[in-house]
Amino acid sequence: MHLHRYEKWWLTFGIGSLVLFLVIVGISAFHQGHQPPSSVKTINYEQVDKVAPFNEPGLKKVEGKDWDYELVVVASAFMYMPTEVEIPVGSTVKIIATTKDVVHGYGVAGTNINMMLEPGYVSEYVTTMDKTGEYLVVCNEYCGTGHHTMKMMYKVVDVNE
Amino acid sequence: MNNSTFLCVDKRDARLAMAHMYVAFAALAIGGLMGLLQVFVRSGRFELPANIGYYQVLTVHGVMLGLVLTTFFILGFQAAAVSRTSGTFTAKQRLASWIGFWIMLLGTVMSATMILLNEATVLYTFYAPLQAHWIFYLGLTFIVVGSWFVIFAQLAKYAQWRKENKGEMSPLLTYMVVANSLMWFVATLGVAAEVLLQLLPWSLGFIERVDVAITRTLFWYFGHALVYFWLLPAYMAWYVVIPKVIGGKIFSDSLARLSFILFLLFSIPVGIHHQLTEPGITEFWKFVQVILTFMVIIPSLMTAFSMFATFELRGRELGGKGLFGWLHKLPWGDARFVVPFIGMAAFIPAGAGGIINASYQMNQVIHNTIWVTGHFHLTVATTVLLTFFGIAYWLIPHLTGRILTPQMNKLAIIQAFTWTFGMTIMSGAMHWVGLLGAPRRSSYSTYGDAEQALEWIPYQIAQAVGGTILFLGIILVLIIFVNLCWFAPKGDEEFPVGAIDKDAEKTPKILENWKVWITVLVALILVAYTVPIMDIINGGPLGSKGFKFW
Repeated sequence: MHLHRYEKWWLTFGIGSLVLFLVIVGISAFHQGHQPPSSVKTINYEQVDKVAPFNEPGLKKVEGKDWDYELVVVASAFMYMPTEVEIPVGSTVKIIATTKDVVHGYGVAGTNINMMLEPGYVSEYVTTMDKTGEYLVVCNEYCGTGHHTMKMMYKVVDVNE
Repeated sequence: MNNSTFLCVDKRDARLAMAHMYVAFAALAIGGLMGLLQVFVRSGRFELPANIGYYQVLTVHGVMLGLVLTTFFILGFQAAAVSRTSGTFTAKQRLASWIGFWIMLLGTVMSATMILLNEATVLYTFYAPLQAHWIFYLGLTFIVVGSWFVIFAQLAKYAQWRKENKGEMSPLLTYMVVANSLMWFVATLGVAAEVLLQLLPWSLGFIERVDVAITRTLFWYFGHALVYFWLLPAYMAWYVVIPKVIGGKIFSDSLARLSFILFLLFSIPVGIHHQLTEPGITEFWKFVQVILTFMVIIPSLMTAFSMFATFELRGRELGGKGLFGWLHKLPWGDARFVVPFIGMAAFIPAGAGGIINASYQMNQVIHNTIWVTGHFHLTVATTVLLTFFGIAYWLIPHLTGRILTPQMNKLAIIQAFTWTFGMTIMSGAMHWVGLLGAPRRSSYSTYGDAEQALEWIPYQIAQAVGGTILFLGIILVLIIFVNLCWFAPKGDEEFPVGAIDKDAEKTPKILENWKVWITVLVALILVAYTVPIMDIINGGPLGSKGFKFW
């Protein structure tokens, strides 16, 4: 099929940019580890309260892992447990969350933490909280009448102060 | 040329197409009003009366505009386009179309009734395990099954044309309808499986539990193709109608067909890019579908090139000089050109936003924030919708035997600028506040006076201002619609169909070999989806019972 000369330039430039872009995204993902939350762990959503670690929601210090803390979150209509956590600034946190009923969102405003919580699945994400401040967590997947009241608060604090 | 054989849509086909248009514009009126209520509520300055819920209003808005307006308008436009370029339907084909129309309408009424009774406040994406009344799901099934009747009639007309014109390349517009209809059929198989095998029996109590991850994966197998199903009819108008409107020629027949084939191939094996932040799907398969998603940039670049090549060739033919002088020569007073042109221009930021959304890890920044709402109000509610309005301004009078008067033409241009102005404010505010983390699909809330949430409120007021201007735009387009249906002077409005540029090359035969393309499509779908779906089935958790949290 014949292509106009300018169209060849246009498509060469366009497809070239596209390939470069995908290579950058790919290197960022698979070499530097910037992956979206993609845990495949499952759980019986009706037994969440009885199964570790979800029987004790909250922030826990851990040793010998790539992260300093584990933040266990249980979502249900229309609340998160715990409702508030204090995180020392600079610490690396693994968020481990699930839902007891419908699909909920877990978006932490002002950060890149953003994941879906689906019944039967555990969602996980590792991140470093490197700025002090209060961060509002909102449910960003419609879950029913009280959806817009569903929240949690991160207080990232400087413990040395 | 076959293009000139059938200058006018047959009266019986015109009635069929118009039936679709009435439903589409009624849906626009209802859905638009719901949109106005939403932006008011979310500004924090207004509350809904009589216990009407925000999410119920949101469900009506999404179903009416995302599913009903689009599907009816597109199928009506396609019916007219096929009849215009390939000849009138046979009695059987027309009957099948009418049956499909009535089934879709029945389905719409069923689903709408359940939403109004507050039995289906599940939004238009109806994600399990929120469980709507079974009549809602059955109504959606009817909309899909009805649409199959309508597109099968259009495909049958195409097959008949091929038989009667052996060895010839089919009319371009009909070819595009075929590509879009095939995509729709293959895509709707996914949502049909979700509804018929999972949601419907589950809501009826025949099965107790559904696997939520499967329902979502089947939904998005359909859901992304759905947005191309909206977009491709706009492309049909851009490629085939606009060149004729401006007095030019279609730049290249083969490139137009090739871009539709690429859209067909890369519309379906890409749905997982809507599920990037979900558990249950591994990084590898998410990334594979991200790559496939980005392939659609290629036909988009081809389309942009073709459009501007057509514009420049015509502008220079009219004596336009210099690098951009030809732009002045285009018919800036003709609504049939200006209105879709604004839609095209809006596709530049809209497409850029789409690239951000699908960019794998970057998706986390915007996923389920109101940025996404801002994004698709640029794509479907500006690019697609303004092009549809631009189509309506000649199609409706063509079908009703009337004309677009200079006054209405002027009003149509005012409408488009009103829309652009309102959308710039509303979508701009949505994009910006989305980056700050404000969620989509949420009623007004200060989240216990959280500092961040309070910062979002000025943007929400801006959305209400933009949304109000947009509603004025809807009133204007409805005035034009009513005028063109019942009050405009009688006359002959042209159905513009462009001819191919005389210098264009002959179109390769392989572009019309559907066996090849359907095989490639099925292969791509199998590659992209087999392992992720098998993983969910094999490793899946206990399924979910239904919940009614509204």
